[in-house]
Amino acid sequence: MTYLAKPKLHHPRLPANKLGYTRRDYEGTVSTLCAGCGHDSISAAIVQACFELDLPPHRIAKLSGIGCSSKTPTYFLGNSHGFNSVHGRMPSVLTGANLANRELIYMGVSGDGDSASIGLGQFAHAIRRAVNMVYVVMNNGVYGLTKGQFSATADKGSKSKRGAVNTDAAIDLVGMALQLGASFVARSFSGDKAQLVPLLKAAILHRGAAFIDVISPCVAFNNHEGSTKSFDYVRSHNEAVNRLDFMVERTPITADYAPGTVREVVQHDGSTLMLRKLAEDYDPSDRIKAMTYLAERQAAGEVVTGLLYVDPQAGDLHESLNTVEQPLNALGDAELVPGAAALESINASLR
Amino acid sequence: MPQPKAIASVNDFVVKFANVNGSGSASANGLFARAIMRMGIPVACRNIFPSNIQGLPTWYEVRVCEAGWLGRRGGVDLMVAMNPQTWDKDVASIDPGGYLFYDSSRPLPASKFRDDVNVIGMPITEICNKAYTDARQKQLFKNIIYVGALSALLGIDPIEVEKLIGEEFRSKEKLIVPNVKAFLLGREWAEANLRGAPMGLRLQRADKVKDRIFIEGNSAAALGAVYGGATVCAWYPITPSTSLAEAFMRHCRKLRTDPQSGRARHAIVQAEDELASIGLVIGAGWNGARAFTCTSGPGISLMQEFLGLAYFAEIPAVVFDVQRGGPSTGMPTRTQQSDLLSCAYASHGDTKHVLLFPEDPHECFEMGATAFDLADRLQTPVFVMLDLDIGMNDWLCEPLSWDDSRRMDRGKVMTREALEAGKEFGRYLDVDGDGIPYRTYPGTHPARGAYFTRGTTKDRYARYSEEGPVYVDNMQRLLQKFETAKEIVPRPVRADAGRKTQFGVIYFGSSSAPMGEALEALRAEGIHLDTLRVRAFPFHDDVSEFIADHGQVFVVEQNRDGQLRMMLVNECGVDPTKLISVLNYDGTPITARFITREIAEKVGVLNPVPLKKRVAR
Repeated sequence: MTYLAKPKLHHPRLPANKLGYTRRDYEGTVSTLCAGCGHDSISAAIVQACFELDLPPHRIAKLSGIGCSSKTPTYFLGNSHGFNSVHGRMPSVLTGANLANRELIYMGVSGDGDSASIGLGQFAHAIRRAVNMVYVVMNNGVYGLTKGQFSATADKGSKSKRGAVNTDAAIDLVGMALQLGASFVARSFSGDKAQLVPLLKAAILHRGAAFIDVISPCVAFNNHEGSTKSFDYVRSHNEAVNRLDFMVERTPITADYAPGTVREVVQHDGSTLMLRKLAEDYDPSDRIKAMTYLAERQAAGEVVTGLLYVDPQAGDLHESLNTVEQPLNALGDAELVPGAAALESINASLR
Repeated sequence: MPQPKAIASVNDFVVKFANVNGSGSASANGLFARAIMRMGIPVACRNIFPSNIQGLPTWYEVRVCEAGWLGRRGGVDLMVAMNPQTWDKDVASIDPGGYLFYDSSRPLPASKFRDDVNVIGMPITEICNKAYTDARQKQLFKNIIYVGALSALLGIDPIEVEKLIGEEFRSKEKLIVPNVKAFLLGREWAEANLRGAPMGLRLQRADKVKDRIFIEGNSAAALGAVYGGATVCAWYPITPSTSLAEAFMRHCRKLRTDPQSGRARHAIVQAEDELASIGLVIGAGWNGARAFTCTSGPGISLMQEFLGLAYFAEIPAVVFDVQRGGPSTGMPTRTQQSDLLSCAYASHGDTKHVLLFPEDPHECFEMGATAFDLADRLQTPVFVMLDLDIGMNDWLCEPLSWDDSRRMDRGKVMTREALEAGKEFGRYLDVDGDGIPYRTYPGTHPARGAYFTRGTTKDRYARYSEEGPVYVDNMQRLLQKFETAKEIVPRPVRADAGRKTQFGVIYFGSSSAPMGEALEALRAEGIHLDTLRVRAFPFHDDVSEFIADHGQVFVVEQNRDGQLRMMLVNECGVDPTKLISVLNYDGTPITARFITREIAEKVGVLNPVPLKKRVAR
């Protein structure tokens, strides 16, 4: 039902951001996902993050693969170009798009089937290439569109709706992203917008590969007793290591914090992350310790959320390739075509 | 023993070097060929190599031909047998009256030789062992030493060889003297000891090379990509296409570095596999950069799903397919033209793709550049169909040329100004009746022109729809676009026999090189053929006309199943009995002798034996 347009009328006093856009300007068409789907909350969080960051919607490109999660780009940022590619291959399409024009913001949206099964290789390689992007996995541990098969992120021992027990080990995308060198790694929960929105904002402003795993319960196939991706399970096992309170772009920080409770992280563009510590001694700048901590808590059955790792001064693929500042898609004949004289000297060297 | 007959020929013979892979023979053999070329005599060289780094047999075939035929002739006049593993086969392959040059350091029984072949022995190992102490030098200089001896036997100008050595090692000057010394060591030994050797093959300076250049198809295609404005290259290593990506890197370093900042005006990514390569290319193409990948058959198989997306979502992409022997891993280091069907109809569902067929490196350059204009204009994948023979061998061809007034054709791209002015935009709306809609680059306009790209069906305004009529409307427009492509892809080249004939021959790609020679031989036997060289798919109407003009049309291909023939039957609606396949698919490049024999046999006029001799000399 995505061809149904949303009503254009809205409340006249709907607040506008610095660019004069309201939240509605960042929305897409009406969602066709199930009522109560976690993915819709993530779409709403993306809308809010982009609105609050005052981003011109057309400067964002949203890309996805195939699956319920990959349908969501239709439901947010209706004034942005979108690309619903093939199953598991969003990362390569996004990488190519990013190479063509380094000036846009690239938001890759994927699911656990799309990224942990068919697209595990592409997920891994886009991360290790440090493509400047926000890579969001809407993780529900189940195949929705094909009606309830386990996905590769389903925990070993968890139960399907029909009662089958998953015997395969789970793939932990957060652990993989850390190991593969992602420079921004977070996990959140679709039911915790207060946590998710600031994480998305920080990820959007981060340069390099930013990965957010969002546990997003599937109300149709994976929200029952025995599932470790249900609303109840995640709520009762959610262990946030920190709270990202403020994400201020080039503005002085005014809030007061008790000493030792907040960590200030300045990103390359001057934006500042104010991280309120929740877990004692959790250090999001130490990749190795983060990996150990996550492994330990996971073994204890907890779902660790928050900003798990950040390297605020990370580089990206364009830096590695030493490409020119100007977007490659804006270069013309003068910059690209060497001309007849250069060809003549090449000919001369081939005789 | 009676002296065998000795083939006598000036500037027209085939030399084949049998070597061991990894022994350093390639550069010495190349030196041999280039020196002949510098004497103004055309050469055609082919590397026949294994999928191996060291130890397996490898051959290098040099055809010397003042008349200028650059295809593989077939047969061997002089075998330089440096590989004991393949000795028997190598000796057996020499034409009667031909020559065998070998390392005679160790005596061989008489049974190892043929009495209808002239034998010239040189104790190369012995000479090397005396001259050098270092084991590596003993091995490496063996090759230069036999080049020295051959220069004396065949009459290669030593000055040309010395000049070439100087150029080769311009940046490693200390290697020049030892190489020249080894060359002269071989040459002087031959002058002193092989003066009376039976050798009827001679080289004589000519002026037949003119301003032609000597270049690999892969390198020329990569230059074409540079001139065609490609900025993004994503690839995965696979023989025989790897050297295309490597050449693109090399050319870009020189030609595409911003002189002020020293930064790259290009981005090259070695992807994790072919799926990612084509995905990157599609992402870049969608976002307005000119992008390509290069691969071979197995890569094309892996890219199928993505190619369907690019076709259906209408995204420009250029794929250089350097074809090798299939199916499966097949013959990874041998040549074939066997990916036509898997490219022309790549992916599930109803699809058709644009293919270009370069005949030599010169056309690899031209089509390499043109492919990007076509991809942008048609908003679809365009395949440049090289093969290993063109791609990985140095060919003598016309110099590359460029018209400085030429500009990139970016196709129908709606600008910010047009959107601002309120021009109607429908991503899949056919406004000009040619089946080609307008597109916008992401990020163009704050409120207009954004659309959602998808592999699912959509209406003219890019909105998701599974309505039958909407789907059919879009599929019909794609057919209309393919009709438009017919008129803008490179046209076929027709050449008539000069007299009325009921026979025609259709050929394409690397089969072009031996075709002229085969036609001449057939003409001498009274068989006259009109010819049509197909340069692109979809086929121009000239192709159906050509078939209609003839009673029988031979279709020359380098695959088993006659893939071009199938496409002609399928696309041109011709009576299949009119089209007779001439197929060479053993992995070696098709020869003039083969084409001549096959056509002559099929015409049913000639005995193939005398004809074979006719082609040879």
